[in-house]
Parts: sequence; C-alpha cells; structure tokens
Amino acid sequence: MRRLLGFLVCCLLFAACGKTSLVEPTAAGTSTFPLTVTVENGSITIPKKPVRIVSLSPTATEMLFAIGAGPQVVAVDDQSNYPPGVPRTKLSGFEPNVEAIAAYKPDLVVFADDSHKLGDSLKALAIPAILQSPAKQLNDAYAQTDVLGRVTDNRADAARVVDQMRRDIASLVAHAPKLSPAPTYYHELSNEYYSATSSTFIGKVYALLGLKNIADAADKAGTGYPQLSPEYIIESNPSLIFLADTKCCSQTAETVAKRPGWDKIDAVTSGHVIALDDDVVSRWGPRIVDFLRTVERAVKALKQAA
Amino acid sequence: MAVAELRERLTAVPLRPARLRIGWLSAGVACLIAAAFLGVFIGPVGIDPAQALRKLVGLLPFVPDTSHLSAQHAAILTQLRLPRVVLAAIVGGTLSISGAAYQGAFRNPLADPYLLGAAAGAGLGATIVIAYTPAGIGSDLMPIAAFAGALVAVALAYAVGRAGGPGRTATTLVLAGIAVMSFFTAVQTFVLQRRSDQIREVYGWILGRLATVGWSDVLLVLPYVAVGTATILAHRRLLDVLALGDDEAEAVGVPARRVRLIVVVAASLSTAAVVAVSGLIGFVGLIVPHIVRLVAGTSYRVILPLSLCFGGAFLILADLLGRTVISPAELPIGVITAFFGAPFFALVLRTSRKML
Repeated sequence: MRRLLGFLVCCLLFAACGKTSLVEPTAAGTSTFPLTVTVENGSITIPKKPVRIVSLSPTATEMLFAIGAGPQVVAVDDQSNYPPGVPRTKLSGFEPNVEAIAAYKPDLVVFADDSHKLGDSLKALAIPAILQSPAKQLNDAYAQTDVLGRVTDNRADAARVVDQMRRDIASLVAHAPKLSPAPTYYHELSNEYYSATSSTFIGKVYALLGLKNIADAADKAGTGYPQLSPEYIIESNPSLIFLADTKCCSQTAETVAKRPGWDKIDAVTSGHVIALDDDVVSRWGPRIVDFLRTVERAVKALKQAA
Repeated sequence: MAVAELRERLTAVPLRPARLRIGWLSAGVACLIAAAFLGVFIGPVGIDPAQALRKLVGLLPFVPDTSHLSAQHAAILTQLRLPRVVLAAIVGGTLSISGAAYQGAFRNPLADPYLLGAAAGAGLGATIVIAYTPAGIGSDLMPIAAFAGALVAVALAYAVGRAGGPGRTATTLVLAGIAVMSFFTAVQTFVLQRRSDQIREVYGWILGRLATVGWSDVLLVLPYVAVGTATILAHRRLLDVLALGDDEAEAVGVPARRVRLIVVVAASLSTAAVVAVSGLIGFVGLIVPHIVRLVAGTSYRVILPLSLCFGGAFLILADLLGRTVISPAELPIGVITAFFGAPFFALVLRTSRKML
C-alpha cells in the first residue's frame, strides 16, 4: 500500500506543478539587489547577491552550475549528483529538515517540492526561498533557468544556456528523420511498468521527434504516469523501448529480452531497446538536450533498419 | 482415564463424513478448471476465446496448432497468462492445504501458513538480498534468500518451542513462532530504515505478486510443493486422530509429536517455496480451509484435498480481479485476498471462541 501511496503522491506533485514562473522583465546585464521576483511561491525579495545558496533540487543544482552560479552554492541535497563535485550533503528535498537547512546559513534556497510547506517555514526564518517545481514543458525549464540567472546575478550566462538549449533542440528536431507511420515507443519508469504519457514533460520531449506514446491510451486516471501491464505492452508492440529504470532497477536490453513474451515485441527483436540515464530523464535541466540526442539517434537507427 | 475407555471414546467420536465424497471432489476439480479457463481467457488484452482455445489445444503434443493469433497474442497467452494461472493455482492450493495442515497440527483454527514465522523469515531474506546486493543479482537471488529465510525462521521457532521446558505443547510452539516472527520483523524494519531507497521493491514483494512470472517460477517451486503436499495428504487420517488431543492420539498408538513435526515441516517447506516466488499472499490459507470445513465436513480427509482445489481456484480468481480491475495497471494480489480475507478472519475469531 505504501508503495502505491508514495507513487500517487509523486503523481499528484507532478500534476499540481508546472506553472510557468513569472519574472518582471528588466534590462539585460546584471541584477540590482535587493531584487524582487515573482515565482511559484509568491513574491520573493532577495536583499543582496546570494553567496550561500542551498539547492534541494537536483535539477536546480544542474541549472545553477550550468549558468556559472556553482561557486555561490554551499550545499545541495542528497539526490543532487551532477555535475561531479557538487557540495552534496545529507539534506533531503523530499523530507526537508528546516533546521538542518538553516544550519548552512543560506541566503537563498531553491527547492522543487513544497508538500511539506518548506517555503512557509523558511519564510518564518527570513531565508529567501524559490520554489521550482517539475517543469510541464520545455518553456518552464527555460523560465526556471532564467529566474536562477536573475536571482544569482548570472543573467548573461543563463541567457546563453537557454539560447544554446533552444538552438540544439531546434536543430535536432529539424534534422530528425521523419517516419510514417509515426514509430511507437514505450518509456519505462520502473520495472513495475510505470510509464509517462505525452502529457508529461518527458512525453512532450519525445513528441518533438514525432513519436507515438503507447501509454497515452492507457492513462484513464489522467495522472500522466499510468502503470501498464506486460500484456498491454506486448500487444501494443512498440518499435522503440526506452529504459528510464537502468539505475533504480538495473534494467538493460538483456533483462528486457528475458521477460516472458517480450521477445515478440518489435523493439526487442530488432534491437531497439535503449538504456537511458534515470537521472537525466527525471530532471528538466540542460542535460535534456543529451536525452533528445539519444532519442534522435534511436529514431535514425530505426529508419536505417526499415 | 483408562486406555480402554479412551478407545471407546475414540470409536464413538463421529469423524463425519469420514470419506471424501466423490461429489465434493468433482466440484472442487471442476471449480479449479473453470477458474483456470476464466483466468486464461480474460485479461487486459482482449483475445478471441475461440482462437485462444485452439491455441491451447495446439499446445498439446501431436495436435497441430490451428489458431490464427498474432505472435504477440500467442505470447501473451502462452508466456504470460498460462504460467500465471498455473502458478496462481499452485500457490493458492499450497497455501490453503498448508494452512489446513497447520490448523490440524496445532488444533488452532486461526493457524495459517505463516504461523511459525515463515513470512517474516522470507521477508527478512528477501529484504537483505534487495538491500545489500547489486540490483541485478538481487532479483535472481531473492527467491532463494526468501526460501532460506523462511526455513531458518521455522526451524528457529521449532527449536525455541521445543526448548520451552517440561510443559511444551502446541501452544508453546505457536508462542515461539510469534517471538521469532517479531524478532525477524524487527530486523527487517531496521534494514529497511537503513536502506530506505529500496523500500518500494520490498513492499512490492510483501504485497504479493504473480505479475512478472514466466514458466521458470513454476518449475522452481514445483518439486518442493509436490513433496510437501503429498506428505500432508498422506497424513490426513493421522491429523484426524490428532484433532482429539495429544494424549488421546498417543493412547491409540499415534505418535502425536512426530506426526506434528512431519506435517509442520512439510507445510513449512511448501509455504517457503511459494512465498519465495509469490511474496506474501495473506489469508488464503485461513479462508479456504475454513470455508471447506463449514460446507463439506470437518475431517482432514475432506479438508485437505478440497482445500488444494478450492485454494487454487480462489487464487486464480483473485489474480484475475487483480489484473483486470484497474487494467492496464495491476492491483497487488495480496490486497485482494486480504480485502476478502480480513472480514472473514474477524468472523472466525468471533465463532472460534468455543472451539478454542
């Protein structure tokens, strides 16, 4: 039961989030402090340029380091593992301990999960905190990067990162092979066959390359993260299988091929089972471009095989 | 009490109905077969029953396969549903007959296959493997670890129960089982707390699952289950005598303690084997023997074989519900059996006061 509950909570979190962050447009260049930004958790004022940032979100950590704010970060949560060398601590973003966070004397906290009212708790301690919940689409990710650029005074770098992401993605989409009918795919989140539909962030990224998601028809509850049955997956007979459970559950193309009945799936018989990095596909940071490149390569291979 | 008087009492006790009526046995087998057909034909993916039947007939040796199923549908039928239904039948039948055997051996209507700590032992074994081995190896080792854990727990309970002093009785053994269970559960919780990232996989196992099995799991448990079940069935008459009490049984020449040991070891072995592949499926071993007892008779010559049939049928149907109710997702089978089992458990508790 706890397993189901935990997953449902995750689903709700994802479903509830995704409001695009709004920032007052200001001239490009440096930020002037005190700076007030309007973000998901309200209007937040940052008195001076932060130099003791605590990130409780692996995605925010990746964004902060990508936009050159790394030296300003003093602590990141236990799930933040990229880029290498981040100041990883035992702080948890899902079970936040406010006192432990405050012990780092942060002048800015970035977090992705407000189910424990972390924002309110930090407000009471007069610590500026910015909520950046899971992105619903690429524009959310760009907007979050932009906000981090403003609040950390790295606006130019943030703009450059976003620009690069946009250009890389546009180029990948433009050069992606077009297949007709659209190839079907199954995105595996866990070895209990949880998947993500086209309404999720990751599903929308797949859709950029014109792929058809087999989970869409199965999401009756509309959570975006339905659990499929092996029968359903075998009958759907996807052309591509993407494994986002290589780290959590040690799944590989070999383990998939060994599952009973799966050797009749096109993706398995023709070798189009692609192992992904769980972390990259569960986050919405700059590395999503790498993910899209992997998918594009898989589609190319599919076209060559055809 | 004089021996002669005892013998007289024994013969006076109506062990009714002493024989398993052919009608009940046919009903049990028919029920099992009907459930198996339902289980094979119904699923999240609609497969034409006529074609499915042709495919099944085609599986028999020397019979040509005349079905026109797609490769995917054929695979769903023969590699997913069929082994799953067979495994459900084996697990359900084994848990039920083991439950009945425990109830007879301990003369306790609330005994179930997990009474002597088999569940807790298997749980600890599975948890340790999941938590402390690389994930790939862990999944392969899990059934073995669960099996070993269950056997260790039952052996420990038996050793503790036997060392229970001069007054050692069936009750001492049950208490020892509870002590072992609590201890193993505590260790398991400790390990889980230390490795909280693995909790999901362990809980998935605790809730019971027939989900990812192929034929390999069926082959894995079959030898243990066959030996265990055959042993229990062979002792059905002695269990009837045991029902009268240890002293009474000894008086007519039945070595009560030895019979109990053999039956308990056989039931524990089979339980450990099925728990290793299916996780903890609760209440089957409690509900099924009691229903059989209520409707068909109180003799173990009736209860044991019928529990095997109806238990298998019950679990096939529970699994059918589990994989269709929220299709294409699946409900853990332990949730279904407990949903029906828990209210029944309460009922048995209410009515068993005078029996105890």
